Order: sequence, then structure tokens, then C-alpha cells
Amino acid sequence: MPTTRIGDRAIDVNDEGFLTEYQQWDEDLAPILAGYAGIEELTDEHWKVLKFLRADYPARKETATLRRVASVGGFDMKQLFRLFPGKPAKKMSYIAGLPKPKGCV
Amino acid sequence: MRRLVILGGGTAGTMVANKLRSAYPASELEITVVDRDDEHHYQPGYLFLPFGIYDEGKIVRSRHHFIPDGVQLVLAEIDRVDAAAKCVHLADGRELEYDTLVIATGVEPRPDLTPGQDADDVHHFYDLPRSIALAEAFKEFPGGRLVVHLTDMPIKCPVAPLEFTFLADAYFRERKTRKKVEIVYVTPLDGAFTKPIASRELGTMFLDRGIQLEADFAVERVDTENKELVSFDDRHVPYDLLVSIPLNYGPEYVARSGLGDEMNLVPCHQHTMRSLEHPDIFVLGDGGTLQTSKAGSVAHFSVDVFMENWPYYLAGQDLPHSFDGHANCFIETGHGKGMLLDFNYGTQPYTGGFPLPVVGPMTLLGESRSNHLAKLAFRFVYWEFLLRGRPLPFTTDMHLLGKRVEGDASGTSNKDLFLRALGKRGHAAPASKAPKVAKAGSRAPAPRKASPRPAPRPTPPSRTSAPAPDYVPAKGVDSTADAASVLPDPIIPKF
Repeated sequence: MPTTRIGDRAIDVNDEGFLTEYQQWDEDLAPILAGYAGIEELTDEHWKVLKFLRADYPARKETATLRRVASVGGFDMKQLFRLFPGKPAKKMSYIAGLPKPKGCV
Repeated sequence: MRRLVILGGGTAGTMVANKLRSAYPASELEITVVDRDDEHHYQPGYLFLPFGIYDEGKIVRSRHHFIPDGVQLVLAEIDRVDAAAKCVHLADGRELEYDTLVIATGVEPRPDLTPGQDADDVHHFYDLPRSIALAEAFKEFPGGRLVVHLTDMPIKCPVAPLEFTFLADAYFRERKTRKKVEIVYVTPLDGAFTKPIASRELGTMFLDRGIQLEADFAVERVDTENKELVSFDDRHVPYDLLVSIPLNYGPEYVARSGLGDEMNLVPCHQHTMRSLEHPDIFVLGDGGTLQTSKAGSVAHFSVDVFMENWPYYLAGQDLPHSFDGHANCFIETGHGKGMLLDFNYGTQPYTGGFPLPVVGPMTLLGESRSNHLAKLAFRFVYWEFLLRGRPLPFTTDMHLLGKRVEGDASGTSNKDLFLRALGKRGHAAPASKAPKVAKAGSRAPAPRKASPRPAPRPTPPSRTSAPAPDYVPAKGVDSTADAASVLPDPIIPKF
């Protein structure tokens, strides 16, 4: 697993660039990751989603799917697509420092 | 005498009934299995029906046939579980009190949850009638655009949509009509293959077969009038023949009982399958929240761990045996070939060989004829060995022998590997320390008065999906990697 410099910190990532250690992420890292994902500014709406994802992960050991973010987090699907255009599931999980949703292969 | 009620007489429920009945006499353990009907389906067979490889007769048998003597099989719908009173309420008014409950009712396709998906001409192959209907649709398909679509994860047998796509490609090639058929695979994930080694090894399988890919597609509705899939970000995928795999939810009684999450899955411990909320409830098979594939192999391996832990559970001790998320899946790739995947919580599917005793090495993450034949042969193994709880030549823990390990093989030390190569479980407690079976009876609670019980019916709790805990900000911890090995530039995923 590679370790890369993100901002001024050393961070463990997988070969694709997703963070691998839950506790290495913090709120200062998120705007930098957002920039890499093509999102210039994190608004309050973005933060609500990111905080839901961060809080939801530890007990389930799996990043919430879009559907779970919508139904349990109380967000609107279209809103998620507006906030994280194109690939909301992938962008949200990347910026929150969590694994992307995946299948078995 | 301890009373065990098993909800669901499918793969996991039948296996555990057989194993426990063999291990404990009826005088110590009363076992009741509840299911809604007497049809046991070999679910992997659904995939083959549309292509005429199997017919219905190969897929359906009587549940009674596989439930051992000394186990009561109750055929009824489940109304709800009252976990506080330890009682299962059946829809016909009967009540079953239990000391231990195993929830093994799995998940079911729910086309009613996506607008338009429950129309008759929107197909899937996740139950018997729909697979049969799809076989008819295939026979009549004159050519055009075949769209294979996956609504969202988790689904049971998560590789089945890919297998279906490969088999469809082969089906039309063998009939010399492939040129008249456009095949499109639509997935909510960011690719057909989402794990690094599988993407690298298998990434060209779509290109080679001329299959188109629509990734990151979150479906909003199926527009059956205009014959297209519509996503939340307003992408439109037109089709002539649509195979759209619905969301998979746990059964509604789980919601009525207040036991499930937002998909009616029962939150359970990743290593012991014990309910996180109720220590006398275990979830085996697809109906829980294990972060591995919902598949028969996982049911099989996790039932083995459940059995190892059972005496400790009876003795009121901590459960020492730990399920590692092991899944072992054959993937049909068409033209009489198949692939084999073997992975667990900590590893992704690797390439290499799978040292199956007796049969010989199988190819991992690559196509071979022997993999295909093994998949076909497995139906016999399922009926004759697996369900009946007879031993199979697979190890419960995944091992790395024969695998070309790369990257992320976390949590499997060389010592563990060595122990497993010797056939020992690294974390198994010495046999001498295991509580004696005979103790079980003495520790079981005194039998309660038999049903029916004049208990007032409490109002069923509404669907609970445990709310997410509050967010707590924390300062990030830096990597402990050697400073010299830190790459100066970040790796940025493709967005």
C-alpha cells in the first residue's frame, strides 16, 4: 500500500488513491480531497453528507450506499447528484476518507 | 431442554438444522424450522434457466427431504418476532417460544421499490417464475438492445449479473445471432470490476466480447413506455429487452419485528453472526450485515464457525471462533468456461491456483473449463452433501496457499498461513478447553410453559433503521510509514 503526501501530512492510500485508515482523515483534509475530486468548495450541505458518512461507517465497516445516505441520512438523491456531480457515491466516499462502494470482483 | 427456532429452511437454515441435530440428541435440544412453503430452491440454478441449460426439475426439491428426523418443520408465514419475550408469532396465530433464534430467511428481490421495475416486461432471474419468464423472452427475442442492469448493492450472488451478461453473449454467439444483439451492462458501481487485481486481469473481458458498459448509474425509474432506464442525474439508457435486477431486501417480518436496518437486514457481528442487539439471536445466510458476499459459500463457512461457537454460547462464554468473511464463488464466463474467486474480509480475489483436495488445482481469477465443470457438479454436492451437513473438502478459513498475493492481504500473518497450511486454525482454542456438550442441558433455562400463551399483542414497532450515531470530529493521525517511502504527490482516483 502506498503512502502519499496530502497537504502537509503523510497519508496511507490504496493503489487507486482512496484513504485506507479511518483515523487518518480529518476535517482539514476534506477540502484538499474535494479539490482532487473537482469540487472547489465544501458547503454546509456537503459537510452534512460527509459527517453522516463518517459517523455511519465505524459500526458497519462499509461506506453507506447512496440509497442509505438518502433514506437513513435524510438527503434527497437529486441533491446528492447536485453536490457531487457525475459520480456521487465515489466522490463522497473519497472526500470522507472511506472506501468506495464495490462489488465482489 | 433448550428450544431452538430456525426461521428459514433454505441453505443456511437447513445446514444448521442438520449439523445441530447430529451433534445433540432431541432430549437436549428441540429444533423447529419455519418456512412459508415446502419448496427448497437451488438458487444458483436460476442463472441457467433463461439459457435453457437447466430446467425447473433440477432446481426444486421438497424441504422435508432435507430436514432431518427429529426436527420439526412448520410451514407458515412469519408475522413477527417478539425478541423481548423470545417468541415468534406466525401469521396463522400460532406462537413458538424459543431460547435461541436463528434468522436464516435471507433476502428477496423487491422490484416494487423502483418505479416501473415490477412491470411484466422488465425481467430478472432472482426467483423461479421470473427466470422462467425470461427464458421465454429470450426465445422470442428477435435481436436489438439487451440491457443487463443492477439496481444497487448488496444483492445475493453479486457476480450473477456479470455471469448472466457473459452467458447471454455466448448464447447469442452460439446461435449466430450475436451481430443482431447489442449488449449493455449498467451498474451503480464505478465499473464492472471494482477491485484492483480483478480490474487488471478481467478488464478486457467486456471489450473482447463487445459488451458496452454504463457505470455510476443510479436508477430513478424504469420508463416502460419509452423503454428506457432513467437515472437520478437524468441519463437515459434505451432497451429492447431489459434484465433489471431489483434491490434485495430482508423479509418484511424483520421490519415488523423492529430487528432490521433500512433494507430489513439484521445487524450482526462480523465474526460471530450474533445479533448486535439480542444475544440469543444469530443471523446465518444472506439476511444479516456481514460485509462479504451474500452467497451459499459464505452461508456454509459461517455455519461452520457458528457450530464451533455453539458450545461456548450454551455455556454463556465469549465466542472464541471467528468467521473471516470467506467467500468462494464460481463465475460462468460462457462457452463452457468459468472462473473461480476466493477471498475474505481482508483480501481481494487474487490470481493463482486453488488447491482443492482430490479434484486438483482450480484456476483463480482466470477462465478454465474445469471451473465450469466444477460449477455444474456443485449442484449435486449441494443437494447431497452441503445441505445435509456432510463435510466438504473446503477449509472454513480462507487460506493463501496457491494464491499470488499482492497489495492488500491484510490480517493474514505468515504464522496464520503456516498453521492453516497444517490444517490448524490460528485462533482456535484448545479442544480441552471447549465446554463439554453435556453441560449444555444443565445450563439451559428451565422449560417454560408451552404455547399458546395468553400474551397481549404489543403494537409492532415501526421499521427501525438504527439511526446513525452522532458525528464526532477528531484530529487525524499521521501515517506511521517510513518518511523516505512517502510519495511526494498524491494518487488521485479517476472521477
